[in-house]
Amino acid sequence: MYAIEKADAAFLLFTKREKERKKKKKKKKVERSIAPEMDNGSPGSEASGLTFMETELTLGLPGVSHCRKSGKKRGFSETVELSLGSSASVLESRDSNCKDDGSGNEIDATSRAPQTKAQVIGWPPVRSFRKTAMKTSKYVKVAVDGAPYLRKLDLETYNSYQQLMSAVNDVFGVFTICNERKLLDSVNGSEYVATYEDKEGDWMLVGDVPWKMFVESCKRLRLMKTLEAIGSGGRMSPNPKWQLLKNA
Amino acid sequence: MFLFDYSEASFAPPMANSHIGCSSREKKVELRFCMDPKRRKVDSLGSTHLSPFPDEVLERVLSLLKAHKDRSTVSLVCRDWYNAERWSRTHVFIGNCYSVSPEIVARRFPKIRSVTLKGKPRFSDFNLVPENWGADIHQWLVVFAKAYPFLEELKLKRMTVSDESLEFLASSFPNFKAISLLSCDGFSTNGLAAIATHCKNLTELDIQENGMEDNGGRWLSCFPESFTSLEVLNFSSQHSDVSFDALERLVTRCKSLKVLKVNKNVNLEQLQRLLVRAPQLTELGTGNFQQELTPHQHAELESAFRNCKNLYTLSGLWEATSLHLPVLYPACGSLTFLNLSYATLQSSDLAKLLAYCPNLRRLWVLDTVEDKGLEAVGSSCPLLEELRVFPAGPFDQDINHGVTESGFVAVSRGCRKLYYVLYFCRQMTNAAVATVVQNCPDFTHFRLCIMNPWQPDHLTGEAMDEAFGAVVKTCTKLQRLSVSGRLTDLTFEYIGKYAKNLETLSVAFAGSSDWGMQCVLAGCPKLRKLEIRDCPFGNKALLSGLEKYESMRSLWMSACNVTLNGCRLLAKEMPRLNVEVMKDDENDESQAGKVYVYRSVAGPRRDAPPFVLTL
Repeated sequence: MYAIEKADAAFLLFTKREKERKKKKKKKKVERSIAPEMDNGSPGSEASGLTFMETELTLGLPGVSHCRKSGKKRGFSETVELSLGSSASVLESRDSNCKDDGSGNEIDATSRAPQTKAQVIGWPPVRSFRKTAMKTSKYVKVAVDGAPYLRKLDLETYNSYQQLMSAVNDVFGVFTICNERKLLDSVNGSEYVATYEDKEGDWMLVGDVPWKMFVESCKRLRLMKTLEAIGSGGRMSPNPKWQLLKNA
Repeated sequence: MFLFDYSEASFAPPMANSHIGCSSREKKVELRFCMDPKRRKVDSLGSTHLSPFPDEVLERVLSLLKAHKDRSTVSLVCRDWYNAERWSRTHVFIGNCYSVSPEIVARRFPKIRSVTLKGKPRFSDFNLVPENWGADIHQWLVVFAKAYPFLEELKLKRMTVSDESLEFLASSFPNFKAISLLSCDGFSTNGLAAIATHCKNLTELDIQENGMEDNGGRWLSCFPESFTSLEVLNFSSQHSDVSFDALERLVTRCKSLKVLKVNKNVNLEQLQRLLVRAPQLTELGTGNFQQELTPHQHAELESAFRNCKNLYTLSGLWEATSLHLPVLYPACGSLTFLNLSYATLQSSDLAKLLAYCPNLRRLWVLDTVEDKGLEAVGSSCPLLEELRVFPAGPFDQDINHGVTESGFVAVSRGCRKLYYVLYFCRQMTNAAVATVVQNCPDFTHFRLCIMNPWQPDHLTGEAMDEAFGAVVKTCTKLQRLSVSGRLTDLTFEYIGKYAKNLETLSVAFAGSSDWGMQCVLAGCPKLRKLEIRDCPFGNKALLSGLEKYESMRSLWMSACNVTLNGCRLLAKEMPRLNVEVMKDDENDESQAGKVYVYRSVAGPRRDAPPFVLTL
């Protein structure tokens, strides 16, 4: 399972837990738990109470972590949004985050599981337009053996092979997805394998390399019928290439 | 008598003894005749006149006043002046569409030809305001259709505009000339088609950064062949293709076209053809700047740029690389505004380009240029007045590059005339900011965004209080300030103590207690807009500004510690304020999730959606 699927699952679990947690929590004052040198008072400040809002984010430069106490998220935007533009978005559950902190230990970013931090809504204050305007697009031709027309898909709009296969299915409309590279035409029973032409002109099987690398090197996509699909009437001697595909 | 001057148009009954202040920067109009109402002339019948001039003359003179602040002040002198002002005014600026109703505006100003309206609170740009919040233009248009049938110009910011409204606009105002939509939502390209089809006298169509639904580029083809009046066309934010053919014909026949900003889908070859048709352009927004060109095409493009001798503004440049940037060089001599904020340039490309832009006053870049690029800015742009550095990957956690404090300092060393800065970075130090403002004490707009909330000085680990302290102490003309990084109440003490000209303050993830906000409310006499998110300010702070809010346009507080009861108290004490609360339904019942407070003569709004509670 690719990182992004893990991310989706983790995120769903995270938000579900968050909702439950909030419902259970009673109103209580929360101590500010940020790191060290934070000032606590100034003339006139209310003593006990916190007055600070929480976030379950791990913010700060990589290697420095802050652990916020998981008090009630009073006064803080509870909606989180996945990091845009980064396909390696995995949400870390807040609990595991808090485990090793408090003392502000340096944690080697690379030794952690693939991670991202939950995003605060509306921060940094960059207009949504600017986010979408910067998106580049990578349109590639998609051919399916036997189909009369090619289609074009923007690879940049997807974050995973799974999403890509879904999109292919949406656009051609006849497939059942078997895995990240195999599709089945339920109507005529043909099986298709997804292949792509890379920058060097070689035809490769989809799914071997990390998604981003694939997007970068893919020039066009072709869904090839596998050997089994060349029905009982087929007389063509199988192309040796197909032999390989059969074992895919 | 209480002076209630809001949304930059005065609605108060005139005061007898006020002075006229000429606040506008652009025009110092000296009103030599009667300024002091005490100097009255007694005529033969024994009655007094305030001025020796008949009303018509007064109106004529006042019609020369354009700045709305001047007009507001003028209208407060006495009743005669109030009337003369209202009869001579052709443009009205309404900074908060809910501060007044269209009926009140229409009643007071009978001769309006141009309206500027701003709607939602600024934080709606960052998704902090739910959809369907309001600020719908339609009712305004309905009233204007009756009151101002000769309306010519409409500029909207953060308003909700539907296609029906655009259609209504297009068919109700025969003289309509100019429409500008910035950060609006609710419409689609179908609405644009209506404008293109029906507005025979259109000179300006400026569509920027909106939440516009894109149903294709057919709208551009709706301009009739007989239509030639266009001077400004900006569709840079549209995603789908327009018919290039239609665009080329349009550009060809609109000989007065001065501003052309196309979208990403227009390639270099097409750009060249447009430029050849419109060398008179003063503002150009290119399309995509990456395309394989033959040497001949490259030369043609360069020649087209060379022929643009009047270019002051250049933008677009999506995906520009060192390959094609040189074609711009011949056109850069007259450039005063260069917007590279959609081009992921590296420092070397920027440096080379800037060498050709000696007259640059305003520069927007992405942080891909890094500190080295900013050093080039410092050395190549001595006349620079405004710099904005946007983050290329604001939400990418893995990025460690971008610009830092040293780039900021480098710019300030070379660009001593800087007065506007917007700087997104991932690290900053107190010392650097202090140096920057020492080099450039004339800042009027200082917006620093350290992208990780609560981040301290990255060298000393201290709070960033002294940085902003230095800003407010040194920059006495400061009007707008956005703070970030780890900040205690001390920052706000400094602001309250020193920032005497501050009008707009944006605060996020900062402060230690109510005291901080109290300092600002008590200390900044010119404060008009205060927007706060995620700070530990509660009811005590909110209520300390009771009288203050009537002299401000608005207050926004979200994810702070304000409760519903606090807001209710505010609403009760100050009936002329609208106190609106949006509750986050997941939260505590008593918490006020998002609070928006603003003065209004129109009373509580009648179009509030169910999630907005008006107290």
